[in-house]
Amino acid sequence: MSAATTDTAIAAPKSAPRERFSATPYLLNLPALLVIGTLLLVPLIMTLILSLHSFGMYTGVTDDISFKNYAEIIQDSYFHEIFLRTFRISLLTTLLCALIGAPEAYILHRMRAPWRSIFLLVMLGPLLISVVARTLGWAMLLGSTGVINQTLTGLGILSAPVQFMYTETGVIIALAHVLMPFMVISVWAALQRLDPQVENAAISLGASPFTVVRRVILPQIMPGILSGSIIVFALAASAFATPAIIGGRRLKVAATLAYDEFLSTLNWPLGAAIAVLLLVGNIIIIVGCNRLVERRYAQVFQ
Amino acid sequence: MNRNGPLALAFHALVVLFVTAPILVVCVVAFTSRGYLSLPTDGLSLRWFYAIGDRPEFLASFRTSLWLAALSSTIAVVLAVPAALAIGRLKFAGRGLLLSLFQSPLMIPHLVLGIALLRFFTEAGLGISGWTLVAGHLVVVFPFALRLILTTSVGLDQQIENAAVSLGASRWTKFRRITLPLILPGVVSGWILSFIQSFDEVTMSVFISTPHTTTLPVRLFLYIQDNIDPLVASVSAILIVLTVIVMVVLDRLFGMERLLVGPGRS
Repeated sequence: MSAATTDTAIAAPKSAPRERFSATPYLLNLPALLVIGTLLLVPLIMTLILSLHSFGMYTGVTDDISFKNYAEIIQDSYFHEIFLRTFRISLLTTLLCALIGAPEAYILHRMRAPWRSIFLLVMLGPLLISVVARTLGWAMLLGSTGVINQTLTGLGILSAPVQFMYTETGVIIALAHVLMPFMVISVWAALQRLDPQVENAAISLGASPFTVVRRVILPQIMPGILSGSIIVFALAASAFATPAIIGGRRLKVAATLAYDEFLSTLNWPLGAAIAVLLLVGNIIIIVGCNRLVERRYAQVFQ
Repeated sequence: MNRNGPLALAFHALVVLFVTAPILVVCVVAFTSRGYLSLPTDGLSLRWFYAIGDRPEFLASFRTSLWLAALSSTIAVVLAVPAALAIGRLKFAGRGLLLSLFQSPLMIPHLVLGIALLRFFTEAGLGISGWTLVAGHLVVVFPFALRLILTTSVGLDQQIENAAVSLGASRWTKFRRITLPLILPGVVSGWILSFIQSFDEVTMSVFISTPHTTTLPVRLFLYIQDNIDPLVASVSAILIVLTVIVMVVLDRLFGMERLLVGPGRS
């Protein structure tokens, strides 16, 4: 739900008079700083150090420091395949979310009073339902004896069931469902900033509805689509429960790989190295892409 | 507002089907009378709801999840109120830095948090217990609590508090009688959103759960990894129905848009 926080970045209060140094704000922040700082920064630094240790079948985790784990991930084609798959799945999930979420947000935006809030609730509500329950639904729909296959073979459209489970297609469909609300939220927020008069002006000047969407609406909600895409991509790349259930044990992504290294193989240093790469990749994408979007659309944000 | 064309409405219908289908199918399959996953074509049966009674671990996990969510969101709110009052209304060096730190758990994959906390707690010699789960969930839900309390504390009218002080109220009385009631909507909605986030969290919890402190989503996840049968459907169906009830109540009380999108103009 990181989507929402970018909108509420609070500007420094301008009314507060410039005073001499006061300890009050620091004292008020101290409890949260101590707790969050300890539980966040210390564990992350420890994970970074752990990723530099090595692991042996008989020695366990040893305290030496080297980049061996990173070198292994970079050189081994097994890891390449998994990271490439994670990237491909995230990219296609983002594309699917944008193609469904952005038009849907616009349709919601144009709806009349009661329907608008009802369907907004339908679109955003799943965000509050457990990811495991939602993914379970997709497992039931996509299975070889699942609802989709039974319906299609029953109607004679398919002669044999299509394999969705344990495939990238299945993971992408389920992930797109899980992450779609973030795209709708992001585009919806951009639509709220739209001035309806511009749209009316375009219509009164003789623009067709299609031209209005293409020339007036789309350029203005593009920042919303892009920031929604950043969030969806980052969440898809680090998603765990959905690829673990739909992809199974064989179709691994970066997150399920780290999980297996940690809890099955017990190679904690290698698992930590994968986690560090995942974290660094995530931060680069979120911070880097946000910068790009903000620079490209500086005039929209002003 | 202008109406949507027939093409737009058809698209909308498909999207609604896409969004609701997996949620509905869980609720429908839960009523099957067969021993395997199937749609209840030959009448509805409560068999799999009764079957939950034979699996006390699901009920125990449900209880664990409720306690965990209540504890972590309460601690988060207690920590977030003073922080939000300072960040939202005072000007001080390091303000932006603190806000970024407090919001950073949103950027960190829960998998990484789970791994980091597992390493931290074992290295610190604390082991893994119910309290480590509370600590982990606190980190995850804190940004949500802070964000909603911040939005109410920013708009606070300082004059009312000044009036209370000039009338002789002590700092504590001022906070209890003036400030807290004014930011209460943010505190309550922040607590509820934190509660839901904690209750649904699965990825981080997988790493820092023990057999005695397995949360309901983790229990379901581990069960599904082995086999998918109508039992998980009935447990999930109950979970979904409870969530939908909470959702509708929240929408009536605060508006889903304000809670999830942030304070907008409409």
